[in-house]
Order: sequence, then C-alpha cells, then structure tokens
Amino acid sequence: MLNIGVLEQGIVIDHIQVGGAMKIYKYLDLENLDVSVAIIKNARSNKMGRKDIIKIEGTLDGINLDILGALDHKITINIIENGVIVEKKHPTLPDFVENVLKCKNPRCITSVENVPHTFKLTDREKGVYRCVYCEQSSKAIAGDL
Amino acid sequence: MRHIISPNDLSLSELDALLNLAEDIIKDPDKYSDACHRKRLATLFYEPSTRTRLSFEAAMLNLGGTVIGFSSAESSSAAKGESIADTIRVVSHYADICVIRHPKEGAPYVASLHSKIPVINAGDGGHNHPTQTFTDLLTIKNLKGRFENLTVGFCGDLKFGRTVHSLLEALSRYPNIRFVLISPDELRIPAYIKEKILDPNNVPYEEVRSLEAAIPDLDILYMTRVQRERFFNEEDYIRLKDTYILNSKKMALAKEDMLVLHPLPRVNEISYEVDDDPRAVYFQQAKFGVYVRMALIMMLLRECEGRSLC
Repeated sequence: MLNIGVLEQGIVIDHIQVGGAMKIYKYLDLENLDVSVAIIKNARSNKMGRKDIIKIEGTLDGINLDILGALDHKITINIIENGVIVEKKHPTLPDFVENVLKCKNPRCITSVENVPHTFKLTDREKGVYRCVYCEQSSKAIAGDL
Repeated sequence: MRHIISPNDLSLSELDALLNLAEDIIKDPDKYSDACHRKRLATLFYEPSTRTRLSFEAAMLNLGGTVIGFSSAESSSAAKGESIADTIRVVSHYADICVIRHPKEGAPYVASLHSKIPVINAGDGGHNHPTQTFTDLLTIKNLKGRFENLTVGFCGDLKFGRTVHSLLEALSRYPNIRFVLISPDELRIPAYIKEKILDPNNVPYEEVRSLEAAIPDLDILYMTRVQRERFFNEEDYIRLKDTYILNSKKMALAKEDMLVLHPLPRVNEISYEVDDDPRAVYFQQAKFGVYVRMALIMMLLRECEGRSLC
C-alpha cells in the first residue's frame, strides 16, 4: 500500500468508502485549516476491498468528529499522539444533523426556502438519515453542502 | 398545541375519537352549528385546490366560524418572496387555526415550527395529505364498518400520489391489512414508504401491473389520477396518463361489496359509466371530507383550550 509517512500528532480517518474522502475533506473545511493533509484514494483494504483514507497532521479542536458518521457511518477515527494510536473510535451517529447533509429532492421545501438542512437518523444499523421535511433518505438523495 | 402534518400525528385512540366525532356530526349537524363561534380559520393555499379548500371553508362555516385566506401563491406575499415562516408568524395574529397547501414537500412542517396557532397540512407536494386520509378512513369506517381484515388495492400513480402514501401509512396501523400496489414500473411506490412503513410493520403487499388480475381479490380499490403537475417531463406524463382506466367491464370482475374510492379530481381513470355503480363511492367520500374536517377543526381548537383530543 502507498504510505504517506508516519504521523507524530494527528488524526487518521480510515475506512472511508471509496470516493467519500473529498466529502469529508470539504465538510471539515480542511482546505482552510492550517494543517497538513494527505488524502489517499482507492487504497487496497482487506476489510473493504478498496477505501479512502485521510491523514491530518495537527489537531482539529472544537470539531465534533461523530458528525462524520452521518457522511459515512463505517469510518474509523484514529487519534495519534507521539507516533502511536492512543484512541480508535467509531463515530456514534447523532440522532439529528443540521447542515451536514444536503437534501437534493427538488420537491423539498429546502430547495426554495432558507431553512436548515436537517436530517433525522432513522436506521442506526445502516446509517440512514432522512430529511425531516420531505423524508427522503440521505442514501438516495443527499449530497455535499 | 397540536399540528397535523402527517396522518400519524394522531394516535389510534385520537383517530378513533376524530372519526366518532365526525359520525356524530353526520347524525346531527345542527348540534355543532355554533361550535366554533367567533373562531377564524386561515386557508393558505399556495397551490390550486377545489375540494380541499372549499371543504375546509364549508367545514368552518358549518361550525359557525369564519374564514380568511388566499387560493394561490400569486395572490399572496409569496409572490414578493416572503418566506413561509414570516407568513405564518403574521397569520398567527389574524386567525385561530390555519390550513396550508404548498407544492413543496415539508412546507407545512416549516410553518408549524414558527406558528402560534394549530397548522393543518392540506397537501405538500407528493408527500402527505392527512385530511384526505381522514376522509378516506371515515368513508371506509362508515361504508365498510371496519379497518381490519381488508385487502386494499391502490392503482395508478403510487409514486407521486400523496393521498396513497398517507392512507398506506394510516391503514398499516390496523391488523390483517394487505395491500396490492397496482402501477406501471415508473410510478411504483417510493422506496422510503416500503422502508419506513410497510417493512417495519410487516404489512403484506405485492406490486403488480395488471388491474384486471388484481381486482377480484380487493375489498377496496383506491384509484388515483396520474398528476400532470408532478412531472418535470411532459412526454412521461402523456405516456403514462392512460395506463389504467376503470370501466364497467373491469368492475364486473370485482366483489359485490368492493368499494371504489378516489381522492378526486378524476380525469379519465374512471369511466363515467362507473359512476352509477353503487360500489363507486367517491362522491360520497367528498361529502365525508367536510364532516371529518369539521371534527378536526373542533378537536384542535378544543386542545388549544387545554382539553385532550380524545
């Protein structure tokens, strides 16, 4: 596998579904943070076949990483300190997320009114969220904000 | 304060209370002719409607109340770009209860978040239409006498048909209900209805294309119109609009006590020759709509005064 150095201090977001890394990159607004970021796309994985990975050098203070579960409920978040993994966590899916997912149903009120894009968790096992306004599934229609 | 956005905003016992009150109104309407004296209903219709708007207005007038409102987005401040939230905040000062129809799904829910008066959803896009569902349920209760042990066929546009989605959701709460979903492939029931309503409740259902093959088993046939206004593509509408036409020949295959319901307006999916068949109850259904809306207005206004819905 391609290796992008070893992190001394940082976060590795692993087991991202292929193609999902940029969604998380955009949500965390990594482009505008003063951190080094490596995105590995389409990496080989015993567990998933193929996966994406994001390595972030530095800290992301004040960001609730559990919310990433709404974007991809299968991800693993590894916290690295002094070059070793000190915490490995799977995000606990929040019951509601606001302005994380975007409803793309053209018939939804969110398409014309300035209201928050709010999604409710309706299937914790499958990580399915539904728009609280039109009930469309995040799997079927949600996109990046 | 209670809002009615989805048919399941009423529990089964509250629904029973609503239907019982509606039946009592049918028996003696005069008893209720002053029930909403000095109360005002606002009808906010951002989308055209005949039956729903007029039946709400008739319901409030029958109860001794008054009505204000608009019947199209063009004749309201929506045309100037006013948000639903702002409109409902203002209307809350003018009326005691409000009915809203909007082409966008979730609009009445947005209104309810900012309202100081009860909001009733009178149809939001292809999503929900709870008072049509209460009308359908009152029709079934009054004419069939039960909700249990029924095979209910839904025919036509099951994708965009909000009345279908709402009635499926409401009937799924009763035991031994079975659904036959009759539609062309392009207009099948949305996946979220199966995932949210049918599968978790273990409601048996089958999806078929032939009305002729399905009709002999049905206790109720719920016909729907293919709605031109739900299509972005006119070609698709023209191709699908005449897929199912219920006529006397097909009715001859049905049970003697099957009921034909339709939320109306009908275009050509039910031939006029069927209208004289005693099993065709869609015009009676429209009459029941006034009674059930009278009952709903009364219950919600009573609840505002601190009384329970049941």
